Amino acid sequence: MSQQELTNLDCRGQRCPLPVIALARRLPELPVGAVLRVLADDPAAAADIPAWCRMRGQEYLGAQPSTTEPGVSVYRIRRTS
Amino acid sequence: MAFFDAAAGAPLHPVAAQALRAAQQDGWADPARLYAQARRARQLLDAARESVAESLSVAASQPVRADQVRFLPSGTAAAHAAVAGARLAQERTGASVVHSAIEHSAVLYAAATGPTVPVGVDRLGRLDEEAFAAAVRAPGVALAALISASHEVGTAQPVAEAAQAAASAGVPLYVDAAASLGHRTVPGGWSLLSGSARKWGGPAGVGLLVVGRGAPREDSRSQERTPWLPPWPGAEPGLLDPPGGLNLPAVVAAAAALRAVLAERETTAARLATLTERIRAGVAAGVPDVQVLGDPVRRLPHLVAFSCLYVDGEALQHELDRAGFAVSSGSSCTASTLRPSHVLEAMGVLSHGNVRVSLPRDTTDAEVDEFLALLPGIVAGLRAQAGAVGL
Repeated sequence: MSQQELTNLDCRGQRCPLPVIALARRLPELPVGAVLRVLADDPAAAADIPAWCRMRGQEYLGAQPSTTEPGVSVYRIRRTS
Repeated sequence: MAFFDAAAGAPLHPVAAQALRAAQQDGWADPARLYAQARRARQLLDAARESVAESLSVAASQPVRADQVRFLPSGTAAAHAAVAGARLAQERTGASVVHSAIEHSAVLYAAATGPTVPVGVDRLGRLDEEAFAAAVRAPGVALAALISASHEVGTAQPVAEAAQAAASAGVPLYVDAAASLGHRTVPGGWSLLSGSARKWGGPAGVGLLVVGRGAPREDSRSQERTPWLPPWPGAEPGLLDPPGGLNLPAVVAAAAALRAVLAERETTAARLATLTERIRAGVAAGVPDVQVLGDPVRRLPHLVAFSCLYVDGEALQHELDRAGFAVSSGSSCTASTLRPSHVLEAMGVLSHGNVRVSLPRDTTDAEVDEFLALLPGIVAGLRAQAGAVGL
């Protein structure tokens, strides 16, 4: 697959279930194969984003702590369908 | 209208209420004194300890003697004492506590006062037995701890297998049995066991800690002594309970409730398991985008948990409360708790929109039916409010 353009979704400051709702709205707007980066500081997102990906059959690529902002994680999700 | 949060604290069993009133008349004196009223209190205390030992010999699958039973002010205090006392006795062996990632927070906090080795669970909330066995074999392990069954999702844990792994490593196993006692038989093989009376229909304010016979020696038929020392000040040989006034009437009521609950346990468990099974199936069928959590078979009979996608767990609790249903939630969609339940996190399941239903013994079919009839509309309403429709 060619290099994908990354789209960011800023969910900083949002509490559950808002980041997952935002993710569910945004991902279908991207082309299949595209990767969405979700920025979130809600600790529940660590459990809920991978769980949502499993329920919706989307590919969860993992999470990394933000290098610039403590407490914020960057979750990457690839739209597969 | 229904109380569906028995796992937080069940309503007082009628037998316990009766025993409590009687013991308040008869057992108010300090059992340590040397006069008639004190001797009467002493008799009540001794009888309660005998009764609990007898009950636990059945409920926790290994012989328990009365002098192994200690009464503490709560299940939390008992859990703290289990961990601290094992560390105290194991100073020369090590301080590390191996525990499942889904222990009750009382055990987690006690363990976190020193080095810990958490062991994960699978998606159903069942302990990774192999990782547990490997962790207890490492040097420097003072104690292994395993909850008898998850207090949040109900999954029964492989206690017998964990006990075997701990025994072969020469490590005592502590089982926090608070979620199970009175509901589901706890397998044997443990060295330390704790419980909480209000979770089996006894009064609040009574915890118990059993310091058992210890793991069998591999080379003989004798038993190791369980390495455990009282971690409280003023401990003396012959004094089982921590110093300070014991709530004797509550202890007497707790013992009576345990006996009564165990006498009817099989019938109650069978009936409640049918009702929770109906909830598992009814929620899965009636609510779209829901995860019904925990092991569907090896589980506590009275408890079921599920998570609803796109729903705020606290809002769901409030709506259910307004509809007359008392439930609890492991979600963190609120300002009061920042992190979601560590149990749901460890299982890797949806943590928001979480509901735990735990049925008291007198739950009726009609209450469950009403709950199942109301829930889909409440969830749909909350999703509509959040604009999470058609996602």
